Amino acid sequence: MLDSNAFDLRKYISRNPQSMAVWVALATLILFGLLRYDNFSGAYNISSFLNYNSMFIIISVGMSFVIMTGGIDLSVGSVAAFTSVIAAYLSPHGIEIALPLAVLAGVAFGGLNAFFIIVLRIPPFIATLATMLGAKGGALVISGANTIAVDWGSNFTKMGMEKIYNILPWSIVVVGIVVIALWFLLEKTSLGRTVLAIGGGEDASMLMGLKVNRAKAFVYLLSGGCAGLAGVILASGFGAGQPLEGIGWELTAIASVVVGGTLLTGGLGSVPATVAGALLLGLVFNILNFENGLGTITISAYWQMVIRGGFLFAVILFQARVMSRNKRKGRVA
Amino acid sequence: MDAVQKAFNGVVALDGASLDIEKGEVHALIGQNGAGKSTLIKILTGVYHSDGGHVHFDGAESFISSPREAQSAGIATIYQELNLVPLRSVTENIVMGYEPKRMGVFIDWDEAHKRAREILQRFGIDIDVTARLGSFSTAIQQLVAIARAVSLDAKLVIMDEPTSSLDVSEVKVLFGVVRGLRDAGVSVLYVSHFLDELFEICDRVTTMRDGRTVDCRKMKGVTKLDLISGMLGRASSEIAEAGMTEFSGGEAKHGEVLLCAENIATGPRLTKLDITVHRGEIVGLGGLLGSGRTEAARALFGIDALTGGAVSLKGASARLETPAAAIKAGIALLTEDRKAEGIIPDMSVRENLTLALLPKLTRNGQIDRAREREIVQSFIDALGIKTAGMEQPIRELSGGNQQKVLLARWLAVEPELLILDEPTRGVDVGAKREIQAIIRDYVSKGFGVVLISSEFEELVEGADRIVVLNEGRSIKELKNPGITEDILVRALAHTGEEAA
Repeated sequence: MLDSNAFDLRKYISRNPQSMAVWVALATLILFGLLRYDNFSGAYNISSFLNYNSMFIIISVGMSFVIMTGGIDLSVGSVAAFTSVIAAYLSPHGIEIALPLAVLAGVAFGGLNAFFIIVLRIPPFIATLATMLGAKGGALVISGANTIAVDWGSNFTKMGMEKIYNILPWSIVVVGIVVIALWFLLEKTSLGRTVLAIGGGEDASMLMGLKVNRAKAFVYLLSGGCAGLAGVILASGFGAGQPLEGIGWELTAIASVVVGGTLLTGGLGSVPATVAGALLLGLVFNILNFENGLGTITISAYWQMVIRGGFLFAVILFQARVMSRNKRKGRVA
Repeated sequence: MDAVQKAFNGVVALDGASLDIEKGEVHALIGQNGAGKSTLIKILTGVYHSDGGHVHFDGAESFISSPREAQSAGIATIYQELNLVPLRSVTENIVMGYEPKRMGVFIDWDEAHKRAREILQRFGIDIDVTARLGSFSTAIQQLVAIARAVSLDAKLVIMDEPTSSLDVSEVKVLFGVVRGLRDAGVSVLYVSHFLDELFEICDRVTTMRDGRTVDCRKMKGVTKLDLISGMLGRASSEIAEAGMTEFSGGEAKHGEVLLCAENIATGPRLTKLDITVHRGEIVGLGGLLGSGRTEAARALFGIDALTGGAVSLKGASARLETPAAAIKAGIALLTEDRKAEGIIPDMSVRENLTLALLPKLTRNGQIDRAREREIVQSFIDALGIKTAGMEQPIRELSGGNQQKVLLARWLAVEPELLILDEPTRGVDVGAKREIQAIIRDYVSKGFGVVLISSEFEELVEGADRIVVLNEGRSIKELKNPGITEDILVRALAHTGEEAA
């Protein structure tokens, strides 16, 4: 995929049949939007869409690594809220200080998860649930339950507000670089392959002498770090640390990962398809907003949620059908 | 039951099995793996339906169509994996589905506890029946399962390997209960791999082989050798005779000592194993199921911690505490359970084949894809792995080809000592021959192999020496050339008696 030879979509899809549904759905929605709404391809829409969704892309990709090992990380939303407060406090020192330290705070929460899960052998669902509550409480404590304004005088807000050529937000550039690096890591390194092997069979991986614990620790640290980065983007984009934000983000991330074809049981997954899943979920809202803008109908935020749920279900149904057809073909071969 | 037949998708699992169990007797059912014992039991308990033959129960011909029906007819089964609810109380487990009621609605707990206590006391067990079942040992749980069966007026209790997870004192308690059942007129069908137990507890024994019941005799006057020869399908006189001629040991030439394990033990299933492997040598581990074969492999590969004994590698003492340490020391294990502990089903042939090799394929943290493909292709060619291509998911391959990929996974790493646990199980004859040739070729390069197999033919033909295991102990060592299957069988039977 990242081979020196050109990207071959057909080959990619044949190797990742479970992610076909998300690409088809994404392409359909983009086409629909382009044909139906005038400003859909406008610079403002594209940049604000990418800026807002960069947070969900990065936590979804972090989550996908955890899920590929057969685990789960419920703490990402709270950790992002916590790190947004940290980033806001550090904003006077500039983005070059605030960003790495806030990400490090996220990694620390990931380390806590890894400790619970690997050393204390607590199931990931429970361990990360505890961290989720802890991080949420921590964010409220250090902020006094108030939003923490950032220092507008420093370059901190540049990340979430400024755009290259007026269209490409810095947030998506940073997230894009991280995502491509992680894609490379999954596909080309032995650590990446160990991650997938663990989800496919943890006992088998251990018996092969793979460094199972190291890889498991890595995915939780990574997921924490990704949540930390999302927190920085949050604070930078809204001009304030947001201790009350992040509720339900973990579910959005899980949905993106699943729509992207990663098996919840682990062992199979793709970074680009997870990004596509996150974009797809964001795009449903984007299109519903445009639909409201046309003025013919009005869909309330509550109904938007219902529609998004229905759409999610349709994509997953499509994905399941593709998979079962693929299996039948496989058996004949 | 009489002349019962059963076939699955054209594969005949039972081909004329007959079994008669008298009232108030303990009847043993023995046979090798795949002889058809489980199928027979499942027909008896209504899980499967027979394709032919008759079942008479309690005097009348009966058609048992479901486990529920078997239960109400008075047939109870105590499975290896207990079918109880460990998180509920002992009483609940005994009366579940048949709770005594007050005014027809409310469960009468006082009465239920009383009933549970009474039944257990008949077995000489005095425990707190309100405690959670899971807080008791496996033995107690097993006895509770039996108590439930008895409380439901079972006339026939089927026990499948009841002692496999019990220690010696627990076995004694169980036997007491079984005798109590017999004296109360309940029949017991007792399935076990531990032949010594049968002499202690059973009245008669039926032997199965290849889906048939081959004979049924009184336990009195039968020898262990008779039982083993019945299971394997050879006349015991023949075995005894063949065993008399001493095996001629033409010393095979082998290199230096690679592995030497002395007196190693890991628990009740492996109590004393001595094994030495030289370079260029295939050492077989022979023994019946439950003799400690797999435990030996787990010990040498660092999965189970040693509780005694010492291992040395190439003359230096070695501490193999984890599989990773064993691999580092140059040991590899091809596990018996291909599905659960071998393949990663969704990964491709290429990815499966190189998983153990990754550290050597990685440069600056990046996998050398070109070299990876080259290595994979060379193994696909050399081992004749039939696949649509190296990117095909391994789950789509046949069992034999999956096994070849797993073998290649380790051959690529070139471990000095390769332990193979049932390398040809569930593999067709052609692939089997090929795998055996691959193993022979590998040791000719100066590596060592430990071969575990329940097929005596494979051991006799494939191994240079065979270490014979019985009940967790290595008792005898046979040398090739000169080993025949009969000699091996005799060694198994006789060493067992010597040990007892």
